[in-house]
Amino acid sequence: MGRAADWTYPLAAVALALLAWHGAVAALALPPYLVPAPALVAERLASDAQLLLRHGAVTTFEAVGGFLLSVVVGVPLGMALVWSRVLEKSLMPLLVVSQSFPKVAVAPLIIIWFGLGVAPKLLIGFLVAFFPVVIGTIAGMRSVETDVLDLARSMQATPLKAFLKIRLPFALPQIFSGMKVAVAFSTVGAVVGEWVGAESGLGYLLLWANANLDTPLLFAILVCLMAIGLVLYYGVALAERLALPWHVSMRAAEPGSTL
Amino acid sequence: MTSAAAQDAAASIALRGVGHRFAGSAGAVEALRGIDLAVAPHEFVAVVGPSGCGKSTLMRIVAGLVRPSAGEAAIGGAPVDCPHPDVGIVFQRPVLLPWRSVAGNIAMQLEMRGIDARSEAGRISALVKLVGLEGFERALPHELSGGMQQRAALCRALVHDPAILLMDEPFGALDAMTREQMSLELQRIWLERRKTVLFITHSISEAVFLADRVAVMTPRPGRIAAVVPVALPRPRGFAVIEDRAFTAAVRAVRGHLDAAGMVE
Ligand SMILES: Nc1ncnc2c1ncn2[C@@H]1O[C@H](COP(=O)(O)OP(=O)(O)OP(=O)(O)O)[C@@H](O)[C@H]1O
Ligand SMILES: [Mg+2]
Repeated sequence: MGRAADWTYPLAAVALALLAWHGAVAALALPPYLVPAPALVAERLASDAQLLLRHGAVTTFEAVGGFLLSVVVGVPLGMALVWSRVLEKSLMPLLVVSQSFPKVAVAPLIIIWFGLGVAPKLLIGFLVAFFPVVIGTIAGMRSVETDVLDLARSMQATPLKAFLKIRLPFALPQIFSGMKVAVAFSTVGAVVGEWVGAESGLGYLLLWANANLDTPLLFAILVCLMAIGLVLYYGVALAERLALPWHVSMRAAEPGSTL
Repeated sequence: MTSAAAQDAAASIALRGVGHRFAGSAGAVEALRGIDLAVAPHEFVAVVGPSGCGKSTLMRIVAGLVRPSAGEAAIGGAPVDCPHPDVGIVFQRPVLLPWRSVAGNIAMQLEMRGIDARSEAGRISALVKLVGLEGFERALPHELSGGMQQRAALCRALVHDPAILLMDEPFGALDAMTREQMSLELQRIWLERRKTVLFITHSISEAVFLADRVAVMTPRPGRIAAVVPVALPRPRGFAVIEDRAFTAAVRAVRGHLDAAGMVE
């Protein structure tokens, strides 16, 4: 399959969806406060660009911050759990329990504790995003085969060298998988944090638009959130591609490969 | 003792009363029992035995990767309790790092040992040439055939110029034709470098073709049933298969395997 085809399919799908949307609004004569036509949403995107950009920047900052926090904490935590059985036995159940209730439910508490600023959003983003990073790291570190560990020992590698040059690179593909899930979650975390209490951000703007029945603005905000999510996800995917050009998952799309 | 003689002695392997038990999930498994075997400096000894008789375990004990539960292994007269610096290992699978090129994988051995790999670039390219991988220094492992991968692994085992080479069924995963070619190449390398080699295989003819002596193991718990000397001059070509000494050695090895309760 050629390069052009990779782009034409999703583009055609989006164009078709927009056309169907437009057709439905026109045919059913839906009022803009229920479902605005695509053109109207585009208009709002343009006319309110300043506003959307300002609030979008806040949300992006919170999402990226929450994501980075989850990586900075999640990767070392996952490694520590693999390193020590005692740590794993004592911490893993707590981690699992912490994931089994909806983190959205603790958001109000966090707002009470930390106020309306950026910090509580980072914390909520971190809370929803760090678990996949931990799980990815653990799975990655465990996936290193005994053969490879034997090889490292036979070469008389110091533990640090064996870790940096062998174990970590082997674990990276799974760590990246965890990070791709995490980056999607952290945007959700930021918006939830803004819903519960904030003075800026797309989540805050969303509530405002909703309260004023400004549905075209609401749709424009959704488009912005989608764009942020896409950019962040593909940012991580690009980092993965650059870091792991050797990995099977990166070779799957090689021209000439068949399934 | 002259220093050359001292260096010689350092290249010997001795196993004394080595036994090993695994506390496996299906109860304890006795893999090895009472193994006595000495490999002289520069000697090529092959070990043959049925699957699961403890060959890999034996090699891992010599390599210092497993501690025997009875007896001891010694290299150069000193007991082995951790991987010895003067040993190179070729595992049953190539075990190459997928993100490193052929040269990078070979250099790994040096980097891990704290040797500057860049100053040894000449040694790496000489080895690559020796095993016939010129032109593939910068290829990644997935771009190589199985035989080429195993050659790269052989280079990695040789690059720090160890006196002892341990090989665990290194050609086991290759097709018969590549295998024969690899045997020839290994012989050539051995003639050139004269390492002490412990070579594990389940192919009787491969063992006889390559070795000075062939140690035959019994089924589990693995013991040494017999050691068959191979009195054939080197270099040996494929014509040697017709040689009476060759067929006699093959028959002797097969006889000991049969007597030990194992028909191949
Ligand atoms: N880590 C382990 N834990 C438990 N049992 C083991 C372990 N490693 C090996 N064994 C057992 O020890 C015995 C010998 O294993 P080993 O791998 O040394 O055999 P082998 O002669 O190399 O076999 P093959 O020719 O198939 O490679 C086997 O029966 C195996 O079940
Ligand atoms: Mg084996």
